[in-house]
Amino acid sequence: MSPEEQKQPTHPETPTAKQAQRSMLLTALYIAQAQYGHLNDEALQRVAERLGLPLSEVYSTASFYSLYRLKPVGRYVIQVCDGLSCHLAGGADTLVDYIRQKLGIRVGETTSDGLFTLQTVECVASCGTSPAVRVNDELYENMTPQKVDRLLDQLAGR
Amino acid sequence: MTFEKILLRNVEIPNSEKIDVYLKRGGYQALRKALHEHTPDELVEMVKASGLRGRGGAGFPAGLKWSFMPKAADVTKYVCVNTDEGEPGTFKDRLLVERDPHSIIEGVAIAAYAVGAHRAFVYIRGEFFTGVKRWMKAIDDAYARGFLGANILGSGFDLDLSVHRGAGAYICGEETAMLESLEGKRGEPRLKPPYPAQVGLYARPTLVHNVETLACVPHIVLRGPEWFASIGTEDSTGPKIFCVSGDVNRPGNYELPLGTPLREIIYEHAGGIKEGRQLKAVIPGGASTPMLTAEHLDVPMAFETLHAIGTMLGTGGITVMDERVCIVSAALRLTRFFAHESCGKCTPCRVGTQRLVDTLQRIEDGRGQQGDIERLLSLCDGIAGHTFCPMGDAAVNPTLSSIKHFRHEYEVHIERHRCPMSS
Repeated sequence: MSPEEQKQPTHPETPTAKQAQRSMLLTALYIAQAQYGHLNDEALQRVAERLGLPLSEVYSTASFYSLYRLKPVGRYVIQVCDGLSCHLAGGADTLVDYIRQKLGIRVGETTSDGLFTLQTVECVASCGTSPAVRVNDELYENMTPQKVDRLLDQLAGR
Repeated sequence: MTFEKILLRNVEIPNSEKIDVYLKRGGYQALRKALHEHTPDELVEMVKASGLRGRGGAGFPAGLKWSFMPKAADVTKYVCVNTDEGEPGTFKDRLLVERDPHSIIEGVAIAAYAVGAHRAFVYIRGEFFTGVKRWMKAIDDAYARGFLGANILGSGFDLDLSVHRGAGAYICGEETAMLESLEGKRGEPRLKPPYPAQVGLYARPTLVHNVETLACVPHIVLRGPEWFASIGTEDSTGPKIFCVSGDVNRPGNYELPLGTPLREIIYEHAGGIKEGRQLKAVIPGGASTPMLTAEHLDVPMAFETLHAIGTMLGTGGITVMDERVCIVSAALRLTRFFAHESCGKCTPCRVGTQRLVDTLQRIEDGRGQQGDIERLLSLCDGIAGHTFCPMGDAAVNPTLSSIKHFRHEYEVHIERHRCPMSS
């Protein structure tokens, strides 16, 4: 081995600056989403520029994860857990039907005043306290239509 | 006799997530002992001798995993904490992270010292908003008190730990998908081998453990591997948190020795079936594990005993279904989960799970056709064993096991053109 080769470490330090930058992508997307409300073209473009990544890579990653919103949503995103345990506890179907009728929207839609979006989500790890509903960052457990009523009224400022 | 709580010993104490409460309860004594009284090799041997097996689903012997990490000191190594709990029917890691995060930090620090890693990462499910906050606060406090950072407790051992938040993808609970996600990429599993102990995060040797597994480690160090191995069965040692949900009177987390009979967990600890109804089916270890029926209730909840009857301990997430439940509907609900969460990398899983959902939906809606049961079995055959990661094998289990135990109910759906369980 030549002296130059000997100087080369067999295992260079990781993460390299480039790897570390790429690892920031999920966090950067969260920040952009908080600033823009959802990840529109401008938000994705800005993330791509800041991290020095191709826009296609940024979009590809953003579209993989369900917590990134590529379309606008309401101020409150109501997510009803659709897991088996929540079903067994009389949850998902009853609650989704109830909220649909109350708000006059289908799953995936947003109320015309832009206040509420209704979604179903997969298991939220609240099976012991099911049925579970999440609204933005808050988790609500052991839910009933009556509790949903109170919650929605409270959020709507009624 | 009630079993002495080990992993859940702190969770019901007020402010149990705070470092002062943890210290008052004897916290970080194990780390002190590990750093000052044991060599890394001794710790690896201790964990091996304890018989500890992974609590995330696969049940791989933890000590063996530690010993697979290369010994060379000049190689950057990592430890990753898998807090991506998303297996339907499982809610134990969320409890540990929210109520006892320091017990996990202590486990991480001991594991990192044992394998010679100076950098560790927590990967947490993006939806665990409270968990993220608790993790970050706990890590900050552990740094401030000298349990993390440079020269921990004057031992000369350095460890940095930081939190990386996922963004909603069940598949990132699979260890190689988690590593991809930590690297800021789509969470698509890598082909194994090489295993993470050789080529892991940033292509460096990486030890990946589930939260509950790491929470066992301080107790093994403090009370000895023999004590740990004296709990449970010969092949499944130690305590286990069983998450019981579904049609039971007292759903919740119950910590019991591995090997506790399923019947005891459901009928004594979880209070039995609601309104005295009959048990129809039970999933023993999360949605990925094949379901059982009332005739299997005496099975000890251990890795080897469940394997012997064609299912798995998995995460210990027990979902109970009573006599009113339509089995086709339950299989449909479970399979829809896998179809939704398939990462799309492997065609058999991506397309196959959707075809399973379509066929199960048709049968449940009364539009089933003769030959649909065979069609389902053939689809399962085309998915299992034909994917990069274990998700393909998991995705067929609700369908396969429900047909195995309740084929007649499928036939009735098809013959009568309706679901016999709905009024």
